[in-house]
Amino acid sequence: MTEVVVIPMEHGLLLAAILFLIGLLGVMVRRNILLILMSLEIMLSACGLAFIVVGAHWGQADGQIMFMLILAIAAAEVSVGLGMLLQVHIRIGTLDIDLASRMRG
Amino acid sequence: MLELALFYLAAGISLVSTILAVTRVNATHALIYLIISLLASAIIFYLVGAPFAAVLEVVIYAGAIMVLFVFVIMMLNLSPAGEAIEHRWLQPRMWIIPALFCTLLLAEITYMLSRGDNLLMGHMVGPKAVGLELFGPYVLAVEIASMLLLAGLVGAFHLGRRYLTELREETS
Repeated sequence: MTEVVVIPMEHGLLLAAILFLIGLLGVMVRRNILLILMSLEIMLSACGLAFIVVGAHWGQADGQIMFMLILAIAAAEVSVGLGMLLQVHIRIGTLDIDLASRMRG
Repeated sequence: MLELALFYLAAGISLVSTILAVTRVNATHALIYLIISLLASAIIFYLVGAPFAAVLEVVIYAGAIMVLFVFVIMMLNLSPAGEAIEHRWLQPRMWIIPALFCTLLLAEITYMLSRGDNLLMGHMVGPKAVGLELFGPYVLAVEIASMLLLAGLVGAFHLGRRYLTELREETS
């Protein structure tokens, strides 16, 4: 077992791009704030996947470090986003983002 | 070639479960599919030679961040009516596809772990190399990330505290 099978980088990047597109479509199509936040998580995770795949292709640790920074960004973003979701829920009484389209609606 | 098959299986599970997560009507079901998608991503990380990132993906993404979503879903329907809705949503047949995906991923990781070091995929970058790099040239990025997390903590505390006080005023 000396042969080393390398996963093609292009396929990994293609997977990351498709996941990012699914997340983007989710952000644009869904009107539930919770689902929009989940789609944002999908997009961030796809970015992390792209970094990992590229970093692994050249055998460098930088890709994993960028993934960790993306992880920190995702944690901060989701905590603030969920706090704002709770505010929207108490003020408007629903999670439909179309009803929150006006500043003083 | 089996390694490539493992990669494409995990990629397929990730794609299908992500599409299902975005298209679900119910937030709880979407959350389950999103967790499976993240677990499949962790398998891919392990396969391409980033075991530390795979562990972080499971612990932080599929663990901590998704638990935040679960907490918020729990906070949003606190009434008995919400419980009835949950009971109607969480029927056993909803668990078939997630359980199938999870079993496939479990079989993959069991196979990979039983193979041990024989499953060398290209360049393996272990936790030691990542840690040396992280606290060497990237130490400023670590500081920036810590400040970002502090800002997130303060913001979440501020917004969530106002939510709880207003909820208490509303009920009393």
